[in-house]
Amino acid sequence: MKSSWVLYSFRSSILRIITLLFFIASCDSHQKEFVEIKFWAMGSEGEYVQKLIPDFEQRNPGIRVKVQMIPWTAAQEKLITAYASDNLPDVFQLGNTWIPQFTLLTAIEKLDKWVESSQKISSEQYFSGIWNTNVIDSSVFGIPWYVDTRVLFYRVDVLKKAGFSSPPKSWDELYILSKKIKKLQNDPEKYAIYLPTNEWAPFVIFGIQAGSSLLRENNTYGNFCGEKFKKAFEFLIRFHKGSLAPTGISQVTNVYQAFKQEYFAMYISGPWNINEFKKWMTDTLKDKWMTAPLPGMGDSYPGVSLAGGSSLVMSRESKHKKEVWQFIEYLSSPETQLKFYNLIFDLPAVKSSWQDKSLRNNPYMDAFYKQLQYVVATPKVPEWEQIAYSKIQQYAELAARNVLSVEEALKRLDNDVDRILEKRRWLLSKKIN
Amino acid sequence: MKTNQSAAYFFLAPAISAILLFFFVPVIAALLMSFTDFDIYSLGDYSFLKFVGFKNYISLFHDPLFWTALKNTFYFVSVAGPLSILVSLVSAMLLNSKLVKFRGIFRLSYFIPVVTTLVAVAVVWRFVYHPRFGILNYFLSFFSIDPIDWLGDPIWAMPSIILMSVWKNFGYNMIIFIAGLQNIPEYLYEAAEIEGANRWQQFKSITLPMLAPTTLFVSIITMIGFFQIFAEPYIMTQGGPLNSTLSIVQYMYQEGFRWWNMGYSAAIAFTLFFIIFVGTTIQFKIQKSSELI
Repeated sequence: MKSSWVLYSFRSSILRIITLLFFIASCDSHQKEFVEIKFWAMGSEGEYVQKLIPDFEQRNPGIRVKVQMIPWTAAQEKLITAYASDNLPDVFQLGNTWIPQFTLLTAIEKLDKWVESSQKISSEQYFSGIWNTNVIDSSVFGIPWYVDTRVLFYRVDVLKKAGFSSPPKSWDELYILSKKIKKLQNDPEKYAIYLPTNEWAPFVIFGIQAGSSLLRENNTYGNFCGEKFKKAFEFLIRFHKGSLAPTGISQVTNVYQAFKQEYFAMYISGPWNINEFKKWMTDTLKDKWMTAPLPGMGDSYPGVSLAGGSSLVMSRESKHKKEVWQFIEYLSSPETQLKFYNLIFDLPAVKSSWQDKSLRNNPYMDAFYKQLQYVVATPKVPEWEQIAYSKIQQYAELAARNVLSVEEALKRLDNDVDRILEKRRWLLSKKIN
Repeated sequence: MKTNQSAAYFFLAPAISAILLFFFVPVIAALLMSFTDFDIYSLGDYSFLKFVGFKNYISLFHDPLFWTALKNTFYFVSVAGPLSILVSLVSAMLLNSKLVKFRGIFRLSYFIPVVTTLVAVAVVWRFVYHPRFGILNYFLSFFSIDPIDWLGDPIWAMPSIILMSVWKNFGYNMIIFIAGLQNIPEYLYEAAEIEGANRWQQFKSITLPMLAPTTLFVSIITMIGFFQIFAEPYIMTQGGPLNSTLSIVQYMYQEGFRWWNMGYSAAIAFTLFFIIFVGTTIQFKIQKSSELI
C-alpha cells in the first residue's frame, strides 16, 4: 500500500511539473479560455463522431473536444494500458460488455447523481435491456450511445422456395426450415444456415432463451452443464452434425459473397452488416433478403437476443466532469443520435429517435426495433470476455466437429470456466470475512 | 591501467544503464510476476495481488492447452527449421553458381518475401489455400486429388503455415549463406578438382565444413525465431482450427494481453525461455563435438 502511495506521489509530482510546463508554455502564447476534454472512440465511430464536434463546440463555446480514434481490435488493450499509466481520457466509448471490467478497476465514474440531476437523460428514454448492461450493483456507469443486437438475416427467395412466406418463429420451425432448404439445395457444398463457431453469440443467445443463467452461485461457477444450456447447445450442434451449417470457418472468406451465392440462406448477425449486405445484394437480388427478430424456444416470439452496443463513460480521474457530462448529454439528445445514425448507421440508443422517418422507412430496421425490446445482458463479470471468446467458442468448435460429445464438451467447459472464476471466488470470500 | 578502465566504464555507462533499466529490470519484474496471480483484479487494486509461489508453473503443467501449444511449437520448429535451412542453403548455392545469369534479380525476388508485410502476404496465401477458389487445390485437381481445406482442417493447417513461413523466411538465411559461400577461398575447389574430387565430394569436404560457423549461426537464429512463432498463425488461423496452430507465444499473448492473466502469462514466457535456452545449449554442444572430430 505504502509503495503504491510513493509511486502515486512521484507520478503526481511529475504530472505537476508537466502541467506547470504546459501552463508556462500556454501563458506564453495566449490565455486559454476554454476547457479541453479528451474523447476516445473506436473504429468508424471515432472517425465519424468528429463531424459532430463543431456543432457541440459552437453550442458550448467554453469546451473543446479532442477526439482520438482507436482501432477496435486494440481498444481494450489500449484502454487498460492507459488506465495502468494514469492516462485515461476524460470520456470514452466502451463496448457495453466491457463495463464490468472498468467498473472493477474503478476507472469509471458512477453516473447516478449526474443522471438524477439531468434534465436530458433518464433511463426511460432507453431500451431497458440496453440500459441494464450499464448497471452494476444497481449503479449506472455508462450512458448508452448506440445499440446493437443480433437478428436473423435471411434470403426471402430461398425461404419461399422452401414453403416459408415468413421467417421462422420458433426453434422447431428453424430446424424444419433448415432441413427443407438443405433438401432443396441438393448440394453438399451448400448450407441452410451459417453458425460459425468463432462467434459465441448464437450459443449464448439460445442458452439464455432456454432459460440458462450461464453462470451460477453469484457468477462464481460455470453453469453450462445444466439441462437448459445443454438443450440449447445440443440444438445448435445438431445443425453442424446434420450438415445444415458449415463446420469450418475458412470456407467462408467473404460472408456477403457466400450469402449472395446462396452458400447459406440464414445468418444470425448484427446491424453492422446491413450496409454490407446491401452492397452485395444488388439488382435482381435487391429485395431477396430481409431481417427478422430471432425465433424463440417455444411460443414466445420474438426470442431474446443480446444487448449489444457501446456506452459513453466518464473517467473517474477526469478534471472536467461537468464538461464531460455536457458532452455526453449532447451526444445523447435525440437529434444528435439521429444525426449520428445518418452518418454511420449506428442504431440510436434513444427510443424516440426511432420514430424518425429515416429509420421507419428502412425496412431492415423494423426487426431491430422489435428485437431491442427483448434483449438481455451477458453475465456482468470481468471474466466474461475470456469465457465467451476463448472457452465457449473453443468447445463449440470441438462439439461441432464431433471431436467431443456435447456432454463431454460442456463438462470441460464448466471445468475451465470454474478455473477462470477461481480468483473471483477468492475475492468474494475475502469480502465476506 | 586503472584510469583507462574507469574511462572505459564512464563511456560505457549510458549503454550499461540503459540495458540495466530497460532489459534487466523488466525481465526480473516479469520473473517476480510469474510467481504472483497478477490479473485484471490486481491491476485495479494491488491488495488483490497474491504471491502464489510455483502455482502458475504447476497449473501450466496441468493445462492441456499449454501442452497443445507446446506440441504445435515443437512440430513447427522441428519441421520448418530444418526445411528452411535446407531451402536457403540450396538456393544460396544455386545463386552462387557461376552458371546462373541475372543473379541479382533472383536474389532480389527470393528476398522480397522477407521484407514484405506479413499481413499482405497472409491475405494472398489465404487465397492460395482457399478450399473452393484456391490455386493450390486447382493444381491438385489436375492430379484428381480432392480439394483440401488447407487452413480449416486440423491436420493440414500446420503444414500450410509451415509452407508459408518457410517461403516467407528462407530469403534471409539465404543471404547469410551466400556471404558464407563467398568467403570460401576458390583455390580449395581448384585443388580438389586437380585431385579428382567430384561435385558431391567437394560439397561434403569443402563447402559443408567451411560453412559450419555460418550454419551454426543460421540454425540458432532460425530456431530462436521459430520458437517464437506468432504472427503467421495469428493472422492466418488465429490458432485454430481446434487449436492445431496455437503456438506458445500466441498462447502467452492471449493469456496476457487478451485476458490480462499477467502472472500466468509471465510463467509461460519463462518456460519458453528455458526451452530455448536448452535448445541453444544443445546446438552449441553438437557443434563443439563435431569440431573435435
